[in-house]
Amino acid sequence: MNKFESELKNGNFVVSECITCKQIVWPTSDFCNTCYNTTKWRNANNIGRIIEFSKKNNSFFGLIEVEQNLRVMGKISTDKIPEINQKVKLKECSFNKTPKFIFEVIPN
Amino acid sequence: MKKIGIAGYGSTKFSKNEIPIEELLVESTKQIFQTTPNLSQNLIDGVIISTNDNSKYLGAIISERTGIRPKISHTIEHLCSSGTNAIISAFSYIAAGLADVILVSGGDVIGNPGQVLEWDQSRGDLNHPIYWGSMFTKAHKRKFNTTEEELAIVSAKNHKQAMDNPNSYSHEPYTISQIMNSKIITDDLRILDCSYPCSGSASVLLASEDMIKKFTDTPIWISGIGQKTTSASFTKNDLTNLSSTISASKDAYAMSNTSSAEIDVAEVHDAFSVCELMAVTDLGLTEESSSTEFIRNLFNTGDRKINPRGGLIGSGHPLGATGISQIIEITQQLQNNAERRQIPNVKKGLVHNMSAAATSSTVLILES
Repeated sequence: MNKFESELKNGNFVVSECITCKQIVWPTSDFCNTCYNTTKWRNANNIGRIIEFSKKNNSFFGLIEVEQNLRVMGKISTDKIPEINQKVKLKECSFNKTPKFIFEVIPN
Repeated sequence: MKKIGIAGYGSTKFSKNEIPIEELLVESTKQIFQTTPNLSQNLIDGVIISTNDNSKYLGAIISERTGIRPKISHTIEHLCSSGTNAIISAFSYIAAGLADVILVSGGDVIGNPGQVLEWDQSRGDLNHPIYWGSMFTKAHKRKFNTTEEELAIVSAKNHKQAMDNPNSYSHEPYTISQIMNSKIITDDLRILDCSYPCSGSASVLLASEDMIKKFTDTPIWISGIGQKTTSASFTKNDLTNLSSTISASKDAYAMSNTSSAEIDVAEVHDAFSVCELMAVTDLGLTEESSSTEFIRNLFNTGDRKINPRGGLIGSGHPLGATGISQIIEITQQLQNNAERRQIPNVKKGLVHNMSAAATSSTVLILES
């Protein structure tokens, strides 16, 4: 289990950022795939925005942009139909064979 | 560069049956030996296998089972576009002068592990293809006001065309209404908007210009090749186009000195209904804003220009066989040998094969 996975298992969403060119390397890596320098770990933003969404079995899911160059698929917790570009907050994350992300809509 | 073409082909029926991968590959290979004049094992320089199956050493195993002792034998895996990738590897060996005749045999067994790309952590726990299919579909609806009926027409057309394909998985003539009322998978996908994994195998024999005349009077030439991989992670896609397809098709058209207007028939990678709508646009076969009308018109007029064998939705999708099966269909069309599926006056055809949520695409141009 790598650091991304072990941190996720503890409920922390961490990302790797290049110490030289400051780009987020996603999926996470210990080196930058642009300049090949070392990366450092930091917490990901816990606020993102909805790029697209759909619904399965009464639960919304979608593509969430957490930061520039960092998008993940996750469930979207909300009572209302989400909107594109709507802000969401990371509600829960975990790791069990795969990452799992649950976001909740921040009311406008 | 030497001309390289298709000298023979064979295919099993696509089915739900759990048949060992070795048996599937041998079956489609046997058909090549049974139908290709003057072919003997000692003329084959290479055996390339296309599959996502975990079985080891299949190049050597299929060679031994079919009595071939090739110089080159190995397996190519590239998820859903393994088949066209294997063809391009064979093409490259021949173009480089390392071989003159190569057998490419592809297949997969229902339940194979290639359906899900475990590596892509950006998909979270939503790693089944239905999730990316839903994202593309919703984005298409949003941008083009695409309706459920327009999506259903893709599936209705391809199921209808698959009825005349003896090797297809489905021979059900689903109506638009049946498709629109089929099982809900997500808010944006019905079960009949999805291609099905299944068991099946398809094989082709590639040969150099010098050798091909020995095997066929109607060789079909691969005149254009384009490939592009933009990422492995689905979430890096622009949801409104197939950017790997746009890039691959540009290279294929250029290599073949062909314009999209010259394409008479195309096999496109309809993993989901929306993929066909996106592909016909991104391959330049119709204007971006008119893909739904383009497909509706084909359906209404019985024009089989797109996916005459029924596509992945109608024929089934045994990953390692799919790209090769697409090539066989275009070959048969160009040879005027596609029986009830035949489109008149076909001069140039196109194959479009994608992997892992369109993160990688292959486009081939074939001509007689």
